[in-house]
Amino acid sequence: MSAVPAPAADAPKSAHTAADYKSDYKPIWCPGCGDYSVLSSFTKAFAILDLAPERIAVVSGIGCSSRIPAYTSCYGFHGVHGRSLAAATGLKLARPDLTVVVASGDGDGYSIGGNHFLHACRRNADLTYVVMDNHVYGMTKGQPSPTTEPDWDSKLSPGGTGLRSFNPLVIALAAGANFVARAFAGDPNGTAEIIAEAIRTPGFSFVEVMSPCVTFRPEQREWKHHVRPSPVPATDDAAKAARRLMTDDGFNIGVLYKGDRPPYQPPMGKGRKTPADLERGFAI
Amino acid sequence: MSRRLLTGNGAAAWGARLAEVDYVPAFPITPQTEIVETLARWCDAGEMAARLTMLESEHSMVTAAGAAAAAGARVFTATSSQGLQYAMEMIFTVAGWRVPFVMVNVSRALASPITLEPDHTDVLSARDAGFLQIHCATCQEVMDGVLIAYRVAEDARVRLPAIVNEDGFYLSFTREPVELPDPGAVRRFLPAFDPGSAAFRASHPASRAVAVLGGAPYSYFRYEAHLAARAALAVYDEAATAFAAAFGRSWPAVERYRSDDAEVVFFMIGAFATKAKDAVDRLREAGERVGLVRPRLLRPWPDAALREALAGKRAVAVIDQNLSMGMGGVLAAELASALHGHAGMPMIVPFVGALGGRDIAAEEFFEIARAARAAAAAGVAPGPRLLYTADELREVRKLQAIAHAERPGAGGTR
Ligand SMILES: Cc1ncc(C[n+]2csc(CCOP(=O)(O)OP(=O)(O)O)c2C)c(N)n1
Ligand code: SF4
Ligand SMILES: [Mg+2]
Repeated sequence: MSAVPAPAADAPKSAHTAADYKSDYKPIWCPGCGDYSVLSSFTKAFAILDLAPERIAVVSGIGCSSRIPAYTSCYGFHGVHGRSLAAATGLKLARPDLTVVVASGDGDGYSIGGNHFLHACRRNADLTYVVMDNHVYGMTKGQPSPTTEPDWDSKLSPGGTGLRSFNPLVIALAAGANFVARAFAGDPNGTAEIIAEAIRTPGFSFVEVMSPCVTFRPEQREWKHHVRPSPVPATDDAAKAARRLMTDDGFNIGVLYKGDRPPYQPPMGKGRKTPADLERGFAI
Repeated sequence: MSRRLLTGNGAAAWGARLAEVDYVPAFPITPQTEIVETLARWCDAGEMAARLTMLESEHSMVTAAGAAAAAGARVFTATSSQGLQYAMEMIFTVAGWRVPFVMVNVSRALASPITLEPDHTDVLSARDAGFLQIHCATCQEVMDGVLIAYRVAEDARVRLPAIVNEDGFYLSFTREPVELPDPGAVRRFLPAFDPGSAAFRASHPASRAVAVLGGAPYSYFRYEAHLAARAALAVYDEAATAFAAAFGRSWPAVERYRSDDAEVVFFMIGAFATKAKDAVDRLREAGERVGLVRPRLLRPWPDAALREALAGKRAVAVIDQNLSMGMGGVLAAELASALHGHAGMPMIVPFVGALGGRDIAAEEFFEIARAARAAAAAGVAPGPRLLYTADELREVRKLQAIAHAERPGAGGTR
């Protein structure tokens, strides 16, 4: 309902700068962690869209990546491990006027919270879901997640899990997400553009950001040498997008699929309260 | 027998290793992760003949543990805090499956607010589930507790899963000397799991975990599990006696420390009881007749042993490191249920403290003893009192002021 319209060509410059969306809390990520850049991409995307901080809610689960909300000056909600999408769905349906951005990690979003991912794609509420994928549980000090390579050695999986990693982008397509993109933390401006477009697109938008964990996956520093802009533009054909994703090497960056499913809106009962009615209850 | 410096987590892992478990479903969570990572290393190195599998959450981890135990495997797992909560549906369910396995819980406080620091609200929320609960105060008790837990849980009179609890950080990451028994002696104390009729046996297909219709069969099975948990009181005593005979360490269901002639006793579970003992010694030096009573076994609740330990005391100061909102501390209420209606029982003076990693200072134990004595003298039982200092309140007020300044116009009236 409230997807942010694209600016007209002659629109005035944004009244906001990225700094307007930063809180005074100093992030406590490890030096070099990709999540710093993702935070910067969030704030840049909000400035591109020229949204007032109080029109935005950033909702997360638990993990290093999920620390993001407190580092922004928007409404923030640091939830429970795996439940970021459930919390965000509740918020969005109660407050359709807010732009709701969900931040998560590969553990939070694909392991313990994996089922919500499927249903959020299927439901197609107007949310933007940004997963900082580092192929590891960073916060608990280095265990494999569903996107970890099968032979990655860790204390809890010596010699590797032997399980093939799954492809969240293909899963999102199969489950019905309306917008699917891959971004790279090492390119904060490009990632900001992608996140802004994800927010602008109505329905459930999924942005998988490759965000290196320099502490437990130091080899991910090499990602910057492998990523490249996707050689083809976004398609509106989900099957074509899925085929591309299943055959690429995982390093094509950009918007990969953009559909036109109408976003989910719960049926309006009679006497339904507007956000203004709800707000009146909290006035003091 | 050998002696090593081990953390509580290391001791828990050794317990599982010495119990020669077959299967370890695992999922990481601070401050537990070290336990399953240690077991993974041993399995990989061939020092343990077990299979360890990482699941995608604690919910599936406890489900897998219950199913494997139903198939006759000896199963070990471990979790903490939010993980225990997330698994709670299955904690109740697998207890009803009557499958004995052991899960170490590394106590950590619950959200919200989000914290990593310890208290006992997590494990006490599982007290109605049908799991036995053994609460440890030292690293040695953690290791020995795991072995005793298997023996009690697997006993044909019991057949229930068990939680062995250690305090996060204070015990999980503190090194203490731990005696490791010989594997042969452990095997004699804890023979291989005999799943009896519960195993999936060749040529004997049977459906498990079926639904019942109506309250009569439901009540029957629930009450039967309750009776099995009650039977575990005697089975625990037997196991503790056998353990003492085999290894020379005695872990009765209720620990008494200088309490025989005490007028006032501290009553608490877990690692902070060692601080209480220190306070007892110092109060004794000052001429006060103070002691400590600590239930090791929380489920089944050793009510008779508690009455025996507390009869004739003037006051029992219960220190609850948990909070049941709208009621107070869980232990105080549980103890009241054991003492009520029996003659010669002390007044219960309840305190709530050490929530979310807060310490209890020696002076606070002195004040607790003083307040308990005063309440007994006045003959009026007070309500629960939070251990909290004026300095702490000032600190929190400062944080609130900062938060309010950063978000002008945020809700609230202050
Ligand atoms: C129910 C529950 N189980 C386990 C944990 C422990 N835990 C905290 S964060 C985390 C994994 C985080 O991984 P990911 O989502 O990939 O975030 P990252 O730290 O890598 O950004 C786990 C298992 C928890 N907080 N809650
Ligand atoms: S552990 Fe990894 S994901 Fe977490 S802050 Fe450090 S580098 Fe980032
Ligand atoms: Mg991760």
